[in-house]
Amino acid sequence: MQLNKLFAVSLLSLAIAGCASSGTTEDAAVTDTSVEESQTQAVPESPDLDVVTEEQSAMAANPLLEQTTIYFGYDRSEIRPEFKDVLNAHAEYLVANPQASIALEGHCDERGTVEYNLALGERRANTVKRYLVVQGVNPSQLESVSFGEERPAMMGSDETTWAKNRRTELNYQAR
Amino acid sequence: MMIRLFYVFILLSYSAFSKAELTIEITQGIATAIPIAIVPMKWSGAKQLDDRVDEIVHSDLQRSGHFALIEASDMLSHPSAEDELYFRDWRLLKQEFVMIGRISLIGVDQYQVRYQLFDVFNEKEILTQTLSGSAAQMRDISHRISDAVYEQLTGIRGAFTSKIAYVTTNPQRTQFNLSIADSDGAREKVILSSKYSIFSPSWSHDGKKIAYVELQDGGSQVYVQELATGKKQLISNFKGINSAPSFSPDGTKLALVLSKDGNPEIYVVEIATRKWLRVTNHSSIDTEPNWMPDGKHIIFTSGRSGQPQIYRINLENGFKERLTFEGHYNARARLAQDGRFLVLVHQSEKGAPFHIASLDLTRGLLNILTSDTELDESPSVSPNGVMVMYAAKYKQRSILAAVSVDGDVKFLVPSKNGDVREPAWGPYLN
Repeated sequence: MQLNKLFAVSLLSLAIAGCASSGTTEDAAVTDTSVEESQTQAVPESPDLDVVTEEQSAMAANPLLEQTTIYFGYDRSEIRPEFKDVLNAHAEYLVANPQASIALEGHCDERGTVEYNLALGERRANTVKRYLVVQGVNPSQLESVSFGEERPAMMGSDETTWAKNRRTELNYQAR
Repeated sequence: MMIRLFYVFILLSYSAFSKAELTIEITQGIATAIPIAIVPMKWSGAKQLDDRVDEIVHSDLQRSGHFALIEASDMLSHPSAEDELYFRDWRLLKQEFVMIGRISLIGVDQYQVRYQLFDVFNEKEILTQTLSGSAAQMRDISHRISDAVYEQLTGIRGAFTSKIAYVTTNPQRTQFNLSIADSDGAREKVILSSKYSIFSPSWSHDGKKIAYVELQDGGSQVYVQELATGKKQLISNFKGINSAPSFSPDGTKLALVLSKDGNPEIYVVEIATRKWLRVTNHSSIDTEPNWMPDGKHIIFTSGRSGQPQIYRINLENGFKERLTFEGHYNARARLAQDGRFLVLVHQSEKGAPFHIASLDLTRGLLNILTSDTELDESPSVSPNGVMVMYAAKYKQRSILAAVSVDGDVKFLVPSKNGDVREPAWGPYLN
């Protein structure tokens, strides 16, 4: 869902202090999700300024990191070649920042059954996870979750909408 | 013989009490429908009753597609006792059967309904019953009468008294309600309200519990809810997918899907002891289990052949058998109560529309039942094995629809507002 994406973006920009500000007008809409999720997360007592600098430089070095959605073909769960650069950039970032972690959220379009799509969404999350692990990311930094066809990025029943909904979102988590 | 008989839009006349959201739109009936007259019942009380018994029976029989109902305004007379009944009037109107009755007050909030069903040609009474209950039970009484009349005239047990469960959601998909209602959509009762998606409701065979999935931010969880108390019990919350619950025939176990070991597999859990048994072990997707009536077999969807198809596994010896061979995509199979056939989501070839099909398990025949709706999903069979209710896209909205197992009768059940999905037809309750 768009909210999750915004949430991830706002978290990233938080960590990066001042970098890439997008979606500020919809901050109010984001709070619902973020408040609930942040309640379950521990907040570090003293932020490490050195780490913040590293993240900033890594982010500044690679604009591909701003791309946090990977799209899939119909009924497919393998990574398309055009998304490998994006995933390599995230892998590099995660390797350089072992304290960072992401939730990999797999989604489907509305065609097919609810339960089969729930399973397919998990496959889409897991292929991204496997790809990142192969690039050297510690599996403990990655959490897969499937939302099946339940949280479409776009509403509608046409090819364009369906293509936007078949995706894995990489959502950076607060630590 | 299929002809489009009814193109009537019937808004069921709901009383002020009920908050029913669903409406019924009959789109197709059968050519050989039996002409029957349900005469308005006599009620001499001061205050009008909220639920009109004759109107509910009329709607029930009409919706079944097997009857051609004459409107009260087209009748020549409205008899309520045998001595007021002139068979020639009904022969003139080409009616084969006529039902008359009256309602009387017999105590504080206690009403008695007595009705008689007559065969017009033979001029004789073929069914009579006396039922009583409170004003709030008038719909139960009406559906009981419909069941009895339906069985008398078709030889098949009626299922008008059974309930359906379904999920409604607002267009923004921020609010989800799991509800149960009468099979005509009346008397809707919300049993769970959540900001998270609810899906795969599954009835226990005694009709007392419903299992379902709630998809929270951290993933999916399986719950069982007791209808009488509203008590919600968490069954499964493992890492990964927890989904697709189906009650065993004796109600002591659930079959469901877990991906805790890395891949979606079918498991069986004994509800009281939480003893888990893994049923499938394959690297492809295995999901959507449904128990055979013998309690020894489970049917499920598997992608093991490359595309989703339906399989059956013997729980005692692990023997697996593929059941569907026709079509690109066959999934979410649900068995009829007697286990003779199943209904499923069928896509004939890649890119083709998704429709509901039935599969005769003794002869292996696949029969596509739907054509007018799109993205047909989540079929389930009425307890008498006659109708299939499913979810579909129709005019950009998610609605419920029903089709008879022979494909001859069709009706739509849209919600007045928002989307309605995931129907599950409940068992017989009496």
